[in-house]
Amino acid sequence: MRLPFQRRRRDVSAAERYATATQLQLTWWRFRRHRLAMVSLVVLILAYSVALMADFLATTDPHATDARTSYIAPQPIHWFDADGSFRPYVYGLKGVRDIRTFKLIYTLDTSRKVYLQLLAHNYTWSFMGIRSDLHLLGLKDARQGDGIYLLGTDQLGRDLWSRLMVATRVSLFIGLVGVSISLFLGVVLGGTSAIYGGWVDLLIQRMIEVVRSMPTIPLWLGLSAALPSSWSVTQIYFSITIIISMLSWTDLARVVRGKFLSLKEDDFVLAAELAGASQGRIIFRHMLPSFASHIIAAVTLALPAMIISETSLSFLGLGLRPPAISWGVLLQDSQNIQTLVLAPWLLSAAVPVILVILAFNFLGDGLRDAADPYG
Amino acid sequence: MITFLVRRFLLAIVTVWLISVLSFVIIQLPPGDFVDTYIAQMAASGSQVSAEAAQAMRQLYGLDQPKYVQYGKWIVRVVRGDFGESMEWRRPVTEVIGDRLWLTLALAVSALVITWGLALPIGIYSAVRQYSIGDYVFTLVGFIGIAVPNFLLALTLMYFAFRWFGASIGGLFSAEYTLLPWSWGKLWDLMKHMPVPAVVLALGGTAQLVRIMRANLLDELRRPYVVTARAKGLTERRVILKYPVRAALNPFASNMAYLFPSLVSSSIIISIVLGLPTVGPLLVESLISQDMFLAGTIVLLLGVLTVIGTFISDLVLMWVDPRLRRELD
Repeated sequence: MRLPFQRRRRDVSAAERYATATQLQLTWWRFRRHRLAMVSLVVLILAYSVALMADFLATTDPHATDARTSYIAPQPIHWFDADGSFRPYVYGLKGVRDIRTFKLIYTLDTSRKVYLQLLAHNYTWSFMGIRSDLHLLGLKDARQGDGIYLLGTDQLGRDLWSRLMVATRVSLFIGLVGVSISLFLGVVLGGTSAIYGGWVDLLIQRMIEVVRSMPTIPLWLGLSAALPSSWSVTQIYFSITIIISMLSWTDLARVVRGKFLSLKEDDFVLAAELAGASQGRIIFRHMLPSFASHIIAAVTLALPAMIISETSLSFLGLGLRPPAISWGVLLQDSQNIQTLVLAPWLLSAAVPVILVILAFNFLGDGLRDAADPYG
Repeated sequence: MITFLVRRFLLAIVTVWLISVLSFVIIQLPPGDFVDTYIAQMAASGSQVSAEAAQAMRQLYGLDQPKYVQYGKWIVRVVRGDFGESMEWRRPVTEVIGDRLWLTLALAVSALVITWGLALPIGIYSAVRQYSIGDYVFTLVGFIGIAVPNFLLALTLMYFAFRWFGASIGGLFSAEYTLLPWSWGKLWDLMKHMPVPAVVLALGGTAQLVRIMRANLLDELRRPYVVTARAKGLTERRVILKYPVRAALNPFASNMAYLFPSLVSSSIIISIVLGLPTVGPLLVESLISQDMFLAGTIVLLLGVLTVIGTFISDLVLMWVDPRLRRELD
């Protein structure tokens, strides 16, 4: 039952809706207008879904090596069969002996079609407690040596598509973990700096200047090279994350400090103080909500830097090391120009790197514009 | 102004000290000490080191003493110019590094000059002619500059140069000059090879600065004083260059102070991809083979040079921007 003073929704005018909207709604409306940022948001949601479902999307065991299938060119999917019906297939592979080296090399056999199957069973994977052998794509009655190599294979005959899927997970999450650590450091140090002021502020500010004026890559390289080679993949992973975030918290700390300082002078903080609110309540209940959006924007802009750092370190062979798979590890194979010219598909890991970095940048821009919806 | 200089100088010293500690940590990190590594190396090449000789070496380098004493001894030797010996090359570290340090610096400074030289006019153009075709083109190039990590850019350039011209665009010298001592010819050769790596290195930073400059200038152009200046009949050129550009320079300038460290950093990765004879490839090699004296020295020298470079660029900025000077008094 509707009460008499309630009006139907469509009676409410636009101006009224604007006036009664919460801050979150206003931010969302403002953000929605930034078209590139919206597209970027979709791209990133897709990228993180790929990261979560990496094993399911992979078609072949990303670690399985086979010398005979090395450097197979990307195998395009043909969607329609000869009679025009929708029956996706790929061409099979046939082993040919190279007349000069007598090596058995697999090449595409265009006379034989291998049909694709949705939800096929292949190697067993386990991720976050789920164990399964189900994959999105598989081959129907495949012969020995047949495989789906959507993006080709590397020197060791590993399927690049499957490796790319798993690498996406590693690289995207290393960024998230790293940013969380820098965010923690940035908020604690920047906040302390702003709240206490005086010599604490001076000390932290000088510390930030010192860290910022150091050339970071040589230091990262030095520290990550010193990680014992006996460490497990997980240990290396977390150490690299910590090393990267140790040197990149400074920007976040500056944002937090700047916002804190400017808000401290605001009327509503004074009002809360006069009303007798405790310092904790003022910070968490009054100040934090009003600059949380700025911090989210800063974090979004910090994420691509993290991803680039990991990619560069691994690319040089000093970050994550095989058997770990990340974008940087994949790109490491393309360091040699001669190989790259023979097998340009090795560079395909560059595409998600660039897409994700661009998307984070646009999203960050959009969020920064939307962060202050009253402006 | 003097207080600012003193403050900057003290800060630079603290930074250098911190970098030296970190370099020392890097040298110390691998398990075992330098003498163990030496013994292992000698054993690998077939000769033995007696226990007494090892003990004598440990005493010479102070390895039997606490870490801070070791650091003190190391830093004293470093100040005297003795950086120790490279394990891998069996030669003093200074000799191994040779010209590479200066080439690294030359590369970073060229990139810095390119960044400054490009970012300012492009930023002004993009703001004044907002939403023109030129603005869109520069914005697009700018986004590529931001989104493509520069090692990928270098890699792609190498790939296409190799594909289309069958030539390598890497290196800083032509083959005939590589081993020759310095001469005018060699310098000219260096100048001819420098633009490609320097532009690759400069693109990322330039793109960011253009964006900052454009945004700042757009804010300034909307101010009433610009309308006033126009109403008074100033030429368009004068209206823009005389006031809003100068006002927009401030945040631009403060961002530039941190440009040099990041250029030095990125030059390492680019050098490896493009095969430049800078300290980059040497650093990575030495880290992979745990040649710690070499690695530590490179980190230390790069750090110190960066701090000096940042200090100088601060001075230049203060000279250029009078407001910075006034603000500090």
